[in-house]
Amino acid sequence: MRLSCPFCGPRDSAEFTILGDAGVTRPDPDAPDAPAAFFEAVYLRDNPAGPHREYWYHGAGCRQWLVVGRDTVTHEIFDVTLARRP
Amino acid sequence: MSGYRLPGGGAIDRTRPLGFSFDGRPFQGYAGDTLASALLAEGVGLVARSFKYHRPRGVVTAGSEEPNALVELRTGARREPNTKATTVEIYDGLKAASQNRWPSLGFDVGAVNSLLSPVFVAGFYYKTFMWPAAFWEKVYEPAIRKAAGLGRGAGLPDPDLYEKANAFCDVLVIGGGPAGLAAALAAGRSGARTILADEDFLFGGRLNAERLEIAEKAGADWAAEAVAELASLPHVTLMPRTTVFGVYDGETYAALERVADHLAVPPPHQPRQRLWRIQARQSVLAAGAIERPLVFGGNDRPGVMSAAAVRAYLNRFAVAPGRRAAVFTTGDDGWKTVADLIEAGVEIAAVIDARTGIAHDHEALAAAHDIRLFAGAVVTGTRGGRALHAVQIRDAGGGTRTIACDLLAVAGGWNPNVALSTHLGGKPEWRADIAGFVPGPALPPGMAVAGACAGRMNLGDCLADGFRLGAAATGTTPPEAPETGPDATTATPLWRIAGTRGKCFVDFQHDVTDRDVALAAREGFRSVEHLKRYTTLGMATDQGKTANLNGHALMAALTGRGIAETGTTRFRPPYVPVAIGALAGPHRGPDFKPTRLTAAHGFSAEMGAVFTEAGQWLRPQYYPRPGESDWLESVTREVKAVRGDVGICDVSTLGRIEIQGPDARHLLDLAYCNMFSTLAVGRARYGVMLREDGFVMDDGTTARLGPEHFVMSTTTANAARVMQHLDFLRQVLRPEWDVQCASATEHWAMFAVAGPRSRALLQDLLGDAFDVAGLPHMGAAEFRWGRARVRLFRLSFSGERAYEIAVPARFGQALMRRICDLGATPYGTEALGVMRIEKGHVSGPELNGQTTAADLGLGRMMSKKKDFIGRVLAGRPGLCDPARPALVGLKPVDRGRRLRGGGHFLRPGAAPVIANAEGHVTSAAYSPGLGHWIALGLLAHGPSRHGETMLVHDPLRDGDTLVEICDPVFLDPEGSRLHA
Amino acid sequence: MRRSIFSLALNALTGHRLWRPTWRDAVPKPEYDVIIIGGGGHGLATAHYLANVFGIQRVAVLEKSWIGSGNAGRNTTIIRSNYLLPGNNAFYELSMKLWEGLEQELNYNAMVSQRGIVNLYHSDAQRDAYARRGNSMRLHGVDAELLDRDQVRAMVPFLDFDNARFPVKGGLLQRRAGTARHDAVVWGYAAAASRRGVDIVQNCEVTGFIRNGDAVVGVETTRGSIRAPKIAMAVAGNSSRVAALAGLRLPIESHVLQAFVSEAVKPLIPGVVTFGAGHFYVSQSDKGGLVFGGDIDGYNSYAQRGNLPVVEDVAEGGMALMPMIGRIRLLRSWGGIMDMSMDGSPIIDRSPLPGLYLNAGWCYGGFKAIPGSGFCFAHLIAKGEPHPTAAALRLDRFERGYLLDEKGQGAQPNLH
Repeated sequence: MRLSCPFCGPRDSAEFTILGDAGVTRPDPDAPDAPAAFFEAVYLRDNPAGPHREYWYHGAGCRQWLVVGRDTVTHEIFDVTLARRP
Repeated sequence: MSGYRLPGGGAIDRTRPLGFSFDGRPFQGYAGDTLASALLAEGVGLVARSFKYHRPRGVVTAGSEEPNALVELRTGARREPNTKATTVEIYDGLKAASQNRWPSLGFDVGAVNSLLSPVFVAGFYYKTFMWPAAFWEKVYEPAIRKAAGLGRGAGLPDPDLYEKANAFCDVLVIGGGPAGLAAALAAGRSGARTILADEDFLFGGRLNAERLEIAEKAGADWAAEAVAELASLPHVTLMPRTTVFGVYDGETYAALERVADHLAVPPPHQPRQRLWRIQARQSVLAAGAIERPLVFGGNDRPGVMSAAAVRAYLNRFAVAPGRRAAVFTTGDDGWKTVADLIEAGVEIAAVIDARTGIAHDHEALAAAHDIRLFAGAVVTGTRGGRALHAVQIRDAGGGTRTIACDLLAVAGGWNPNVALSTHLGGKPEWRADIAGFVPGPALPPGMAVAGACAGRMNLGDCLADGFRLGAAATGTTPPEAPETGPDATTATPLWRIAGTRGKCFVDFQHDVTDRDVALAAREGFRSVEHLKRYTTLGMATDQGKTANLNGHALMAALTGRGIAETGTTRFRPPYVPVAIGALAGPHRGPDFKPTRLTAAHGFSAEMGAVFTEAGQWLRPQYYPRPGESDWLESVTREVKAVRGDVGICDVSTLGRIEIQGPDARHLLDLAYCNMFSTLAVGRARYGVMLREDGFVMDDGTTARLGPEHFVMSTTTANAARVMQHLDFLRQVLRPEWDVQCASATEHWAMFAVAGPRSRALLQDLLGDAFDVAGLPHMGAAEFRWGRARVRLFRLSFSGERAYEIAVPARFGQALMRRICDLGATPYGTEALGVMRIEKGHVSGPELNGQTTAADLGLGRMMSKKKDFIGRVLAGRPGLCDPARPALVGLKPVDRGRRLRGGGHFLRPGAAPVIANAEGHVTSAAYSPGLGHWIALGLLAHGPSRHGETMLVHDPLRDGDTLVEICDPVFLDPEGSRLHA
Repeated sequence: MRRSIFSLALNALTGHRLWRPTWRDAVPKPEYDVIIIGGGGHGLATAHYLANVFGIQRVAVLEKSWIGSGNAGRNTTIIRSNYLLPGNNAFYELSMKLWEGLEQELNYNAMVSQRGIVNLYHSDAQRDAYARRGNSMRLHGVDAELLDRDQVRAMVPFLDFDNARFPVKGGLLQRRAGTARHDAVVWGYAAAASRRGVDIVQNCEVTGFIRNGDAVVGVETTRGSIRAPKIAMAVAGNSSRVAALAGLRLPIESHVLQAFVSEAVKPLIPGVVTFGAGHFYVSQSDKGGLVFGGDIDGYNSYAQRGNLPVVEDVAEGGMALMPMIGRIRLLRSWGGIMDMSMDGSPIIDRSPLPGLYLNAGWCYGGFKAIPGSGFCFAHLIAKGEPHPTAAALRLDRFERGYLLDEKGQGAQPNLH
């Protein structure tokens, strides 16, 4: 598998580590439902078979967090963007 | 004809005879021979025994699909079991041996299994060996294991080297037969970076095996010219002896180059094999097709051979695999073998063509050479023991005849070699017109399929396909394909021959017969995957290359389904078996993983340090001195030196992260559970970092060197994970913050200088550069000292007055040497560990990812005034449960007893069952100051149980030890020594 | 026909014509007492225990493909109960005990072979961690021994003891651990369940749930609607997909784990060996192939295949550990889809929806759990109460914070 890093160009996936679902956002810790919201954010996943947006970290390259659009069935990669500029 | 070698022709070099041995007998072949061709030339027909029934077996094919002719190649540590004789290029001195036989290949006791074959049917072992239950491991299984297996592994470390390499190209052409050569020519002429890989040592594929014509030249000559042209093109790379064995995501292809397998031993500094990772924008799969056997009684007898292989041996290797041949064909293909046998002067006893309508020119050929032709006939059995003596046939009228022969060439049709087209999940498609599966439409991205592999068997089509796809891959116009001679290939499928005598093998190597397939169907194993798993069809070292389709077709017939509906099993990488050593490459022994050395490693080594692995780092564990009897004595001395004088420890492996920017303090507040934004410039603070799930991730100290500049220390183990975490926080969660992080672990050498004399020593060292006495506890300073930038922190892990001094890595070794010259005793990780346990500081065994801050006695550090990672989920009931084991200290009641990590706490007298376990011992050390062993542990309700006596239950080692629970700080709880 | 040496001999004389299908290939009925989704090891074992132990015979097992086509048929066949945490250990030991009598119980030889497993350690800290685990095993009544380097050497002399990057210092041994023939386990449970009237329905994919309010009362399938008051999911690898049909989100990600087998060779490796300084474990099958594996690929995947970096990583681990395998060839590699749960431990529980039961999150440890999982899941379905040994495997443990995190990696599935 190869990811096209916006900084470094196409690189082998071995240079990256994946964290998981990029649809997850950190909830407001001061909201009244924070415990439930954090539980969902940290533990529950859609885990789709098909297109999936996920966080990858280019640890052996530019050290940027990326959002990768990837199909979990075919492993096709649609796009790679910087996480800081979605 | 001398022996079985033909007097002329072939792509062998008769000027280079090569000696080799098989089962200890000396033989001779020529350069250009395979082991199989050389053995056949020497008249050796029996080369192997089969897996289950130990049936005598000979060479069936001339390629990597060979199911039978497996040998142990080479000897000693280089012994390679299950090596296909058909792919081994011979070299002078080659030694090969038959396998899976005892006492000899000719007389194999295991052949008795054949007599028991009515019992040893598919899956027989699922039905028996169950009584008595205890007999399985002791009696039945050892017998089965001993009988199973094929060749013997070397059992010794592989002495050869392996390499890995990367290649990048526009077009990868897989297979160097006519279609592949054409594709490579078309791509290469366009200037595209082109790689042509073929598993064979000679390019040309079937052009070398057949008497074909291209552009009025012999096919083999055309191939040689094509190769010469390709070699002259600047962007074309020819990779013979290179098998593309796997297709992976991202247009990545894995290939194995056999660099030195054709030599007795690899030349100095050369690898035996090289693993290539090939990145190809486009690929042309031109892997050809494999001739399939026919399923009739005794079809496994040595002397029964693929008709196409017979042609390969005749034409390429100048070997007649027999003296009196019969040809059994279901199509025109067998007639090519007839013609080639005639050309080579081999007597033809009969041609058995299963079709009734024989083309006129075939009939004419038979008539012209006085060959007996049986149309509409089939072979029903074979005779002979370890070699074929005769075949039995049933003619069109149902009559039975026996025909003496020592070679039966069998042409059963061709299976396109679709394996690589399916590695990414593509499903092959059934094509009734060629009676074979071809690659389906869902090909790996960038792949096109050419020639016989795509079901286009005819030479003209192969060339046209190759030119077309090679050009298409480069966006150019295809060259005009040259004229080719006649090359008709048709086959009428014949899946099973009814009314035959003897065992009809479907999978030769695994001894799967047509009856096994029928039994599987009877017992409900009707899916092709069930069939495979129940009978082991296709699970041998050839992955069913010759067997699968026949087996699946039989199952289709038995279940009344079509072959398309029955389907086929998935081909899995690797396409051919690949040595594990090659996949590992150089990463073995000391080079398994990189070794990270600190800047002062050399000095520690000079001082006699014993090193220990800390992840990829090597750290000094202790520094033994002459006269010390064991590690404990050295460590005790080192601890005493620190506590009584001054010591130095290399702590460069701790992760260090520079954090700068106006929002640096916010980042630290978010990352650490305690407050950092209030930290004054010039001060350091201990911090604890949680994961978002509320458990402790890491700890360390962070110092503020300027208003917008912090430097963080992490544990050695978590350096990379913390770096990644901080980047996540600032890039993903808080992209609006202005803060940058950089790992500086390798840029600095850092040393703990600890002990009552540390201040004086450092002042001596630094002279006027810095006033050490002015640095308060938890103070941090950065200053210049000569050419070096120095960072000095007053931190203590040992409980003594202590400093951490950091200098750029290039000065590290000199600094440590200098400090030792000033009288500091070097100490290692063991003494470090002893002193941190004495002080009740947590480390790896406590920071195990299963503990909360509260478990470690650090609960009060969790700020209530700010948000931090992990705050919310740390409040879950399970993490706040008062019964959670929490940090305590322990002392043996009998002070002479040793303590060890890993024991579990029980109340004295409680039964040793898990329900009574109340926690465990995490870390233990001998405290030189206290004169006995001490330990840290996690005990349920621990902090409220100081003074209680508990049992440490350690049945794996020392049994039970009574301990006294105490405060985890064993030494100087007031902290007065910090200021000594 | 009962399987025995006598029936085998009888059949040998009669051309094996008397054998009948190992299980009935059933046509689905419109209604059952229990529907089990998933004809893998866990689903079929659940059906067997429901029918043969808990007295519920109106059971259908719905399999979207052929039985055993998922992870039951693509694992490395290891059975063991060498777990650390009380919530796990007792459960896996129940499973181990069931393995020990399985063949006689099922009348099917699943080749349960207790040749032992040794987990190697390479540092003092790792030794203490293994001691903690081994002592926990002993407290559970499970056999465990801590070996030093010499004892390991005597047992597996072919390891790289002299030239290793991470020297072997010893190992944690469970002698009762070993391997079993994975497919035979599936077939054996299928046979035993089918004998008792369980309908095993192949090529029947569940496409939706039939609801009555919150309650789940049936399934829509490619072979029609089927109703039952209790519906049990045992579809590890695809748990999230099936749960999504009922609108549930699970603490699970699907990941690919590759496994590998070498060409068959004469016996070399006695039991199961796991490397403690890299991702590699190995055993040798009765047929002679070295069966080995390593880490998951790391990315979410539903493709039953992996990529080259992990292939290389596993081979490197193997060569670092036992350089004698350098010239033995990898024959085949494949991938299975793991339900990687958020704490690395499984779930056997009721779902939040009445009538729907959940058996999921087996990570890469599902094979060894088959008997225990089937037994405990059947207990839960039949009695409405968790079996005591599976009482910790609850779905709400994540929300409540009672995690079963053997490795201490936190809520990141690909690190477990």
